[in-house]
This record gives sequence, structure tokens and C-alpha cells, in this order.
Amino acid sequence: MMNILIAGVGGQGTLLASRVLGKYAMLSGKDCKLSEIHGMSQRGGSVVTHVRIGEKIYSPVVWEGGADIVVAFEALEAVRVKHYLKADGVLLVNDEKILPMPCITGATSYPEGIKERLENEHEKTYFVSAQELALSVGNAKATNIVMLGAMCKLLGFDKQVMREAVSACVPEKFAEVNLKAFELGFERV
Amino acid sequence: MENKELMLTNKAIARGAYEAGVKVLSAYPGTPSTEIAENFVKHDNVYAEWAPNEKVAVEVAIGASLAGARAMACMKHVGLNVAADPLFTVAYTGVNAGLVIVVADDPGMHSSQNEQDSRYYARSAHVPMLEPSSAQEAKEFVKLAYEISEQFDTPVLVRETTRVAHSHGIVELCERDERALKPYQKSAEKYVMMPSNAIRRHVAVEARDEALKEYVNGCEINRAEYTAETEIGVVCSGVVYEYVKEALPSANVFKVGTPYPLPIKAIEAFSKKVKQLYVIEELEPYMEDALKAAGIACKGKELFSLQGEISVLTILEKFNGAAAPTAEKVPSRPPVMCAGCPHRGVFYVLNKLKLTVNGDIGCYTLGAVPPLSAVDTCICMGASVGMSHGMKKATDGESKCVSVIGDSTFLHSGVTGLINAVYNRSGITLLILDNSTTGMTGHQQHPATGKNLKGEPAPTVFLDELCRACGVKDLQIVDAYDVKAVEKAVRAATATDEVSVIIAQRACALLDKTPKAKVTVKDCKNCGVCKKLGCPAISQGEHGIVIDRIQCVGCEVCSKVCPFGCLVKEEAQV
Repeated sequence: MMNILIAGVGGQGTLLASRVLGKYAMLSGKDCKLSEIHGMSQRGGSVVTHVRIGEKIYSPVVWEGGADIVVAFEALEAVRVKHYLKADGVLLVNDEKILPMPCITGATSYPEGIKERLENEHEKTYFVSAQELALSVGNAKATNIVMLGAMCKLLGFDKQVMREAVSACVPEKFAEVNLKAFELGFERV
Repeated sequence: MENKELMLTNKAIARGAYEAGVKVLSAYPGTPSTEIAENFVKHDNVYAEWAPNEKVAVEVAIGASLAGARAMACMKHVGLNVAADPLFTVAYTGVNAGLVIVVADDPGMHSSQNEQDSRYYARSAHVPMLEPSSAQEAKEFVKLAYEISEQFDTPVLVRETTRVAHSHGIVELCERDERALKPYQKSAEKYVMMPSNAIRRHVAVEARDEALKEYVNGCEINRAEYTAETEIGVVCSGVVYEYVKEALPSANVFKVGTPYPLPIKAIEAFSKKVKQLYVIEELEPYMEDALKAAGIACKGKELFSLQGEISVLTILEKFNGAAAPTAEKVPSRPPVMCAGCPHRGVFYVLNKLKLTVNGDIGCYTLGAVPPLSAVDTCICMGASVGMSHGMKKATDGESKCVSVIGDSTFLHSGVTGLINAVYNRSGITLLILDNSTTGMTGHQQHPATGKNLKGEPAPTVFLDELCRACGVKDLQIVDAYDVKAVEKAVRAATATDEVSVIIAQRACALLDKTPKAKVTVKDCKNCGVCKKLGCPAISQGEHGIVIDRIQCVGCEVCSKVCPFGCLVKEEAQV
């Protein structure tokens, strides 16, 4: 049983990431459920998608304290959802900062030193500069796939099957750049 | 493998309708129900449409059913309020070919203005309701719903909640059951609901109800799962069933597939085999009250909240004393209007002019969020128009209120409020924010976009002509990006005593792909005016304002509000 929580900001591609993992589960012959929220919860707001893979899945939603891995596409979002992690779970974070509106307006400030704090607090914490890596292959939108590459390595997923899943879920003309992004993420952790 | 697919539940509902041979589907977009129509229309040999509102959608489906085709209408929970009028009477007439109405509730209000529990509609209208737990079940339940509809001569409600509607699960695909039209037979006694006929039909409704109450006790989708490992029994339905199976694997479970009628006899038999019976359900104590009324002792809402969603963890907390890990307090990240959103400049003006703004349902509800903080009220689809009329009447015309509504919402139910304002002379000012789409639900077509659900060209309702036909004399059309023109128009409209309409046009920023020069900062004076726009592309840097080039779409609304001309187009700088 694998419980995965993907957290990010609306527009960062968390939905596509969860679809790739769903495809991976199908290709691996496993049961799988995904849960996501559309509508008002997007529009630049916090977005969380849930992925559960195993022999028989009931709940489509991961619960607090039940995640094997939290994949955060933004640092503040990692702090927001880290209580979903199991005690020995993996925390994988894209080292990127996106200011929420209350920080832009000055109503509150973006917390400093998130990376150091999370690394101290939680043993299995991994920060990856995913957007930078995605830009290095020429497409900032592939940030989510970089994160999947890193995740694949950390969880010991079948790399070839994950590559197939990525290819199946992105438009054909972007398959190559996404596979490059996947490899960069895989190598980085 | 080929006939299995990991599928969104809403897509599975569409698939179920397709396999059941449904020919006609009508819907109005509403989270979390929208994807049903969007997926159904992709099938061959079917007809599907966006109706202007849910009442029309249900009426279309009734017509299709009477004409002999299996039909479906889909909506979110609050949409069923709009469609309640036909629902309560089609319950009397019954159907010809099968008729199913899908309603999507939103516990936790992920994207809604209230948390109403649609199960009471089923009970109140005496219409059977099925509630699936997963994508695969959703497909199967829809097919069963058509069988029940035709066997018992009744419309059938299928209820889902957000966590079911927007989850994916593995679904097995089957062939379509292509069905010939059932002949239509004129029967005024059955289909003309005037008192003399309706009195007799009400008798038929009650007889049907009794038959259904018997049927559900033996219906396979209501089932007891005994483990004999504990003395606890749990009654649950929908996604809560999945949570219970996860959290309490050893508990005896009664899975309810028909919230209405509830299989009371079967649950009573189940209750006798367990020592302590619990009802775990989201929102209202709907099942709990019914069981208690039938003399079945149980515990429910004394343990679980009426508000929000239940989760695996909340069940573990109550039964196993698990401690919930606490979330760390961090700055919130509320949804915001996108960079380049054409609504932004309008709200900036309304805020500046210190008007009372009656808002409506759509992306523009976000005009209530700081720093714009322009919207005073938001109740339901179309309410902005009627509410301004009421405010004007209450204050003898003195209220400084205006109404703000989107193009799709105006057509849904704002236009009737406008007719009322003209007819009853309140002199309201109505701003129609026309972004040529249904934005919040993910860009659906509507009667004023010129395209239909399939994306094909369609006849267009012109909003200005429609308003004029309603009797509006004072009508202005402005570019929503032109902040000065918007301000001038609002000042003029609010100065007159007659009904004024301002149509602020500009396509949704997410749809407008025309490349525009981005805005850049030149000698920022740090006055902070542009920050009042709440644009996610604008933030405070060390030496003044910074514009995020990736987010900026070049709408230049910030350039227009900057008093010092420091925000300029990139090309203008060189």
C-alpha cells in the first residue's frame, strides 16, 4: 500500500502528476484511487491531490498521519501539509517560493528558513530545485515531472514503467522533454 | 486490461448513462458535477447540452423521457433548488423512458456557498435516490437507476459528494444497451398535473413509495457485511463507507445504496446482530433520524459533526482514540483572481467609489477577498440583481448599491431580476462582467458564447439586446481593462434614477491567448496603489514593486491605476 499526497499551488500541475501515478498503478496491475478538488480551490490557491496504490483501495483520500510520501511543489505548501506524513515518511519538496496573496499584500510574511527547519525536523527530507531543472530542459511546466522522477527514485518505483506512464499522460510532442525532466529529477536525489 | 480504465467518477457516471442507452442529457455547470456532461457528449449517438439553468435541464430531460428516450439531468446541490419545481411534480407524473437526475453535494464547501444535504429532496419529493461510493459503483448505480425508473415509473435521483465525484477509480467498461424509442402515449390523467389529476397521481405516488420501500430491503446495493470480529455495527453510505472500511476493518458494516427509501427492515435485522449500532454520515443526521423514528437505537451525530467532511482520521479518533496530528499555522493561500483577470479593474473601481456591491456566483465572488474587498454580498445564482432592487426599495432609492454578475450567471437567473427592476422601477445599476465563458467551473459554453457543449458554432444571445428587450434604456458597453472608462460608466449609471446596465467585456484571461507586451516597472515611487489590485503578478520588492514576468499577461490594468506612470509596457522602455 502506498499513500501519496501531492501539494502545490493551483496551476502547478499537481493533477497531471497524480494522473501519471494512476497510470503507473494501472500499468503495474494494482488497484488505485485518486482524489482531487476542482473549482474555487484552484485559482492560485492551495491544491492537494491524493494518490493511493495497493492491492485493494477503499478511501480515495489519504488521511493525516497516513502518507508514505508528501510531494510538495512549493515550500510553504510542504509546511502546510507535512502533518499528513507517517513518522518515517518521505518529504520531497520543490525548492521554490510562491508568495500567497496575504504575503503580497503585506498582511503577513512568508516564513523564513523553511528548508533548514524541515531538514532538521524530519529525517527523510529532500529538497530539489525542480523548476530550475525543468527550465534546463527548456520547459518550466515540466517541474511536476522532475518531481515525479525524484519520487520514483526515493520510493523505488519501477523506473521503466514510470517512464511509460509519463509518456502516456503528456501530449506526444512534449514526451521527450518530459522524459528528460524525469531523468533529471531521478538523478538529483 | 483493455476494458478497464482509471476514471474520474463523473466520467464513470457519463459512461453509465452511455451504457444504459441514454440519448438526451441536459445540465448546467456546477462544481463538482460539471464533468458528467462534458464526458457524456464525447460518446457517439447521444445528444447533450448546456441548459441556461438546472430547472430547464430537468424539464428537457422530462420531455425526452416522455418522448421515449432515456434521459439525464445533472447539477450541483444548489442547482437542485433551482430545479426543485419540476422535480416535485415529475415525481407525480412519473416517466415514460427512464429519467435520472444526478445531484452532487459538496460537504466541506470546497466550491459552494452552502452545505445542504440533498437526501431530504428525495424524501420530500418521494423520489428514490441511489448513492454510490466509488467510480465503478457510480457507473453501475446509474444503470440500475434506469431500471428502477422504468420498473416503478418514477424519476430517480443519483447523489454523489465531492470526494466521490472528483475521485478516480478503476472502472470496467461494458457495451452500450442501444434502445429504441418507447412510444409516447397521450395521457392527460398522468401528464397534466392540474388538481383533479394530481389528486389521483398523489395516491399513485404513495403506492409507489410503499412498493419501493419493500423493494429496497432486497436490493443488492443495500448490503450487510458481517465480520463477526466485533460487536460494533456501522450504517453508512457513499464515500463514508470507504472511510469506514479503511478505519474499522473489523467492524460489521451495513452499506446503504438507497438513501431513499432507506432499507429499514434490512437495517433492523442488521441491528439485531450487533450490540452497538452507529450511523456515520456527513452533513445532516438523515439516516440516524430515520432509524430512530423506526425504533432502531443508534449513535450518530453525538459523535460526528454536522459540518464538513468525515475522514478516515475522524473515525479513528472516535473509535480508536487516535490523536490527530496538528497542522502547523502558516500563511493561508486563498484562491485569487488570475493575473490579467478582467474582473480586477472593475472591482478596483467599485471599491474606490465606495459602493455597496451585491455580488453573485462565479470567479468574481473573489472580489470579496482582500485587498480588493469590494463585494458585500453573495447568496445564490442571480441574487445580486434582486438584492439591489430590494436595497433600493428599502432606502427609497438612496442605497449606493450596484449589482455585479457574470454573463453565464446573468442568463441562468439574473435576467428575471432585471425584468423585475425595470418593471417595478428601482433604478438599480447592474454590471454584467462578460468574459464570454462560464469561468469558475472551468470554461463551459453558454447561450451568449456562440458555441454549444460540443464546441460547435451555435446561435448567440446578445446580452445588450436582451437587456434592451427587458426595457433597459440606459446601457453602456465598456472594455473591462479600461479602468477609466469603467469608472466613468459607473459614475454615470449610479447618478441616474433609471435602471442602468454596464456590460464590461473582455475574455477570461485564461482563454485569451493573444500575445501582449508584458508590463515592467520604471522608477517605482512605492506609493502602493497598484498593490490594491491584488494581482498575483505584483509583489513588493526591496526597491519598489516587482512584476513576475511569468505570471504577467500584459493586461495593463496596473499601468492604468499607477498615478506616476511607472508601470509601462516592456517595449516602451527601450
